[in-house]
Amino acid sequence: MHACKSENLQAGDGDSGEKLMEQYSVSDMKNIATAIRKKVIEMVYSARSGHPGGSLSIADVLAVLYFREMNVNPLNPNDPDRDRLVMSKGHASPGLYATLSLRGYFPEILLEGFRKLNSKLEGHVHKGVPGVEASTGSLGQGLGIGVGMAIACKLDTKSYRVFVILGDGEIEEGNVWESMMAASKYKLNNLIAILDRNNIQLDGFTKDVMPLGDIAQMVRSFGWNVIEIDGHDYDQIISAVEEAKLSRDKPSLILANTVKGKGVSYMENNPKYHGAPPASEEEYRKALNELSGDDEE
Amino acid sequence: MSQLTESLRETYGEELRILGEKYKELVVLDADLSTSTKTATFGKVFPDRFFNMGIAEQSMVTTAAGLALSGKKVFVSTFAVFLMRTYEQMRQSVCYNNLDVNFVVTHAGLTVGEDGATHQIVEDVGIMSGLPHMKVTVPVDSIETRSVIDYLAEGGKGPNYVRLTREKFPVLNEKDYEFRPGFSTTFKDGDDITIIGMGAMVSFALQAAENLKAKGIDARVINMSSIKPIDRNAIVKAAKETGKIVTVEEHSIYNGLGSRVSEITAEEYPVPVWRLGMKDTFGKSGKSWELFEYFHMGVEDIVKLTETCFRGIKYEDFPRYF
Repeated sequence: MHACKSENLQAGDGDSGEKLMEQYSVSDMKNIATAIRKKVIEMVYSARSGHPGGSLSIADVLAVLYFREMNVNPLNPNDPDRDRLVMSKGHASPGLYATLSLRGYFPEILLEGFRKLNSKLEGHVHKGVPGVEASTGSLGQGLGIGVGMAIACKLDTKSYRVFVILGDGEIEEGNVWESMMAASKYKLNNLIAILDRNNIQLDGFTKDVMPLGDIAQMVRSFGWNVIEIDGHDYDQIISAVEEAKLSRDKPSLILANTVKGKGVSYMENNPKYHGAPPASEEEYRKALNELSGDDEE
Repeated sequence: MSQLTESLRETYGEELRILGEKYKELVVLDADLSTSTKTATFGKVFPDRFFNMGIAEQSMVTTAAGLALSGKKVFVSTFAVFLMRTYEQMRQSVCYNNLDVNFVVTHAGLTVGEDGATHQIVEDVGIMSGLPHMKVTVPVDSIETRSVIDYLAEGGKGPNYVRLTREKFPVLNEKDYEFRPGFSTTFKDGDDITIIGMGAMVSFALQAAENLKAKGIDARVINMSSIKPIDRNAIVKAAKETGKIVTVEEHSIYNGLGSRVSEITAEEYPVPVWRLGMKDTFGKSGKSWELFEYFHMGVEDIVKLTETCFRGIKYEDFPRYF
């Protein structure tokens, strides 16, 4: 159905191991991101609810992290040395679930249960789903969870990394800035936060709901290393993560400028699709067709 | 009754220090109150495993969740009232993930004394009891505090809330007492009426029971330190054997011990349950023990309420101080 290297994507298939880094080119990862986006559309349409916009905006970053930059093994999801990812913007659950399924943590057919009774795929990110590190959904808390994991990593003298994906509206929460201070105090160079700067939150544009100021400058002033990129440019995503990994004594924030609803024309930069599925069969088909078009490029 | 009093929070700090030797995975977080909560006792010996998160309780609780997700035994301390601002972090990041995080708070209830109403939380037991997975314990003395902390460090699972105080409390338990969740301790037998107490007011209840004896009333006194899970059997047994129950707590009568006892008797064996505690009001500044008199929660108030309840006078006729 999708353009991924399907032999690597079957549940329980051992091929998706540590050699991924060499196996997946930028072109492969673009195809994976397209597959993630299509799954997102299918999931929210099937559930008749959910948050497509922020999943579409972060799909490229998720593809790079799970298929190239993160040291994870779906066959051993509790490996103590694995890299961790906390999806602090827990409403991006369809994006994360689709990524985990494509990466081989669980069969794709389970994605159909999203937001439905008797499925583990809760509306917001749920730890019961294989590959999920922490339940999230109330904004502002995931960075603190990441701080705790990064401290534990240092206490245990391990070398894994902790990735946290934040929404831009999310950083209106004070908890985020409390955790920024703590990460800086404890010199958590193993903590890499990625800010999905798509400029939209539920009620509208962030500039109207609550202007966020110069985020890069603010975060730098908290003692962080800040790298600003185009969050849909694969070379930039990869080099930003590589640069963040080299940080010696500071946590890093990758400020990823993205387009909310990326890949579906009527969803792009439209606050309506922060938390609404395609409104009709026609919209649903249009979304999948547009994404398939990208696929053939 | 023993006149010896000991500090629950000093016992807590000391016990953490001892347990820190035993459990290398034990970590402690505080929010700029470690010299008051006594977690500094641990911090001085184990600076690498002690995290002062600053005046940032939300950061403290979410970080605790991350540490617990990474296999640490986590103890989190601040004043009870300030932890309540993180109710939602506790709910989402700790309880929903069902993590082994132990919230051991100090300075709860009226016995903060002079600091006044802003610091005297009397709603916390109710707030915490409503959280799925959360267990709630109110140790009555230093011996029970030590045993509860040992229990949590050794095998405590899931989130726990332990309510400690600023004041020293009389030592009531035997030295070899061992805490078990869901079990109460009967400090005095009696067949006429039962007084079920929590925290500071258990020692008042014992004094009240002595005074009641002189009036020919033989009151049973139970220390209900495990509020969730609660000792259902002891409550039903008391209802059946003594027919009437008085509850006494350094907490609001809403959603605390009195509410729990009422729910259980209503379900299993309805008897009159009269509740003594804070009546939908804030505290105020004053010396700790004066405040109990001020809010009509002292020994003589327990005597009056218990006697009135025992003699079958209607609750409406009980003198209303409140």
